[in-house]
Amino acid sequence: MSTESMHGATGAYAANALPAAERAAFEAHLETCPPCAREVRELAATVALLGRAVAVRPPPELFDAVMRRVRELPAEPSGAAGAGASAEIGAGDGAGAGEYVPPGGVREAPGAAGSRTASEDDRAEDGRAEDGRAGARAAPARGRVQHARPGRPWLRWALAASLAAVAGLGGVAVWQAEQAGTARQDARRAEARAAELAEVLAAPDAKPVTGKLANGGTGTVVVSEDRNRAVFVASGMPAPPTGQVYQLWFADPAGSMRPAGLMDPARPGAPELMTGPVSGSTAVGVTLEPAGGSPAPTTEPLMVLALPAPGTP
Amino acid sequence: MDDVKQLGTLLGRVADGDETAFAAVYEAVSGSVLGVALSVLRDRSQAEEVAQEVLVEVWRSAGRYRPDRGTVRTWVLTIAHRRAVDRVRSAQAATDRERRAARLEAALPEFDEVSEAVEDREERDRVRRCLGSLTEIQRRTVALAYYRGLTCREVSESLSVPLGTVKTRLRDGLLRLRDCLGVSDG
Repeated sequence: MSTESMHGATGAYAANALPAAERAAFEAHLETCPPCAREVRELAATVALLGRAVAVRPPPELFDAVMRRVRELPAEPSGAAGAGASAEIGAGDGAGAGEYVPPGGVREAPGAAGSRTASEDDRAEDGRAEDGRAGARAAPARGRVQHARPGRPWLRWALAASLAAVAGLGGVAVWQAEQAGTARQDARRAEARAAELAEVLAAPDAKPVTGKLANGGTGTVVVSEDRNRAVFVASGMPAPPTGQVYQLWFADPAGSMRPAGLMDPARPGAPELMTGPVSGSTAVGVTLEPAGGSPAPTTEPLMVLALPAPGTP
Repeated sequence: MDDVKQLGTLLGRVADGDETAFAAVYEAVSGSVLGVALSVLRDRSQAEEVAQEVLVEVWRSAGRYRPDRGTVRTWVLTIAHRRAVDRVRSAQAATDRERRAARLEAALPEFDEVSEAVEDREERDRVRRCLGSLTEIQRRTVALAYYRGLTCREVSESLSVPLGTVKTRLRDGLLRLRDCLGVSDG
């Protein structure tokens, strides 16, 4: 395209009427043509008004669906991050050994994995890289590992898994420049969530309860009464059938179930900070639900784990 | 236009993970997002899917919003239109689309189908008035490209006018709309 015809494409560009290749060429042209860029901004604002003129009333469920997805986001790498080319995280600052953590978390049973260090897990994971995120480092992770106490092997294991969850997100990963803002934002939220998760796991009063899942695998709930929160970790759990998701529940003594979050199918084995306070609950349940989750269980629980009674040592 | 600054501030809070701020932004833009998706996709459930994606994207990308590039509404609706168009273009083989384009053209200048709209009635009347001030060819070109998501080539085939003419009409049509609607940069 000549410069003149380039300039003539401002309208077509603003209306998204250029095919992909021309769109890219025009965007390159925009970089060198401030008057074109200005015209495009004005025409983009103009077509936005065309868009506003066809507004319709969205169904209330749309908001619920959006919020459900939004609330699940912090624990989930952005699409770009998941596909993440070279998500090498800036953990290079004098990093001690042992902070490499496998993506996707630890898949072995707690007992088996309990005595392994995070770095051993990483080596074990090396070369598999099923989800394409191997090699990501958990920059924010370092230091929290030190909260792990001797004599509580499950804690070290659970922490390693939780750090893996952060690693999957890639802190300040390097991917497409245009994704950087999103990445930082996701990472910030993920770190806040991971920090809370780590605090539950490291709380002096944290207690684990473990049970078998009906469809194979093991589920562990770590409860901190002080923090009034719980973390769920599964191992050896099969991937949910297509279109379904594992949902967590808090059960009260009357037997009613309160939704406590969905497990991210992209991160099997990663711990989930359960949504909502623990207080008032006497058990934790896991069910299979349609994608997006349900307000109340629609299937038989795969597991119901009784929580330790409050005040027990 | 007094909500421009407010939406910008709200979006800043969304970038920090503020759900209340997000709910306010949602309230302001979701109707337009769904309207644009519906206009391009012509299918309620697909449009709702796209709207959902776009609104989640708004949450995720709030930190990427650049006020110097345009208002929050413009930014959101640019994402919405792009997503809807990408969806419709990936969904169908070219031949299907040509047939469809012909069908759409037959169905066209019915701007009245927006009777469901709730957002800013005045804005809508103004847009309608301004669209009415375009020449017939400008108006149809703008409508097919923006409201139906056709490429310039598809518009050209649909209206049986040369490709170059489509680009020119799109530009001068939108420039005239810009002036009529009083849009200015910054």
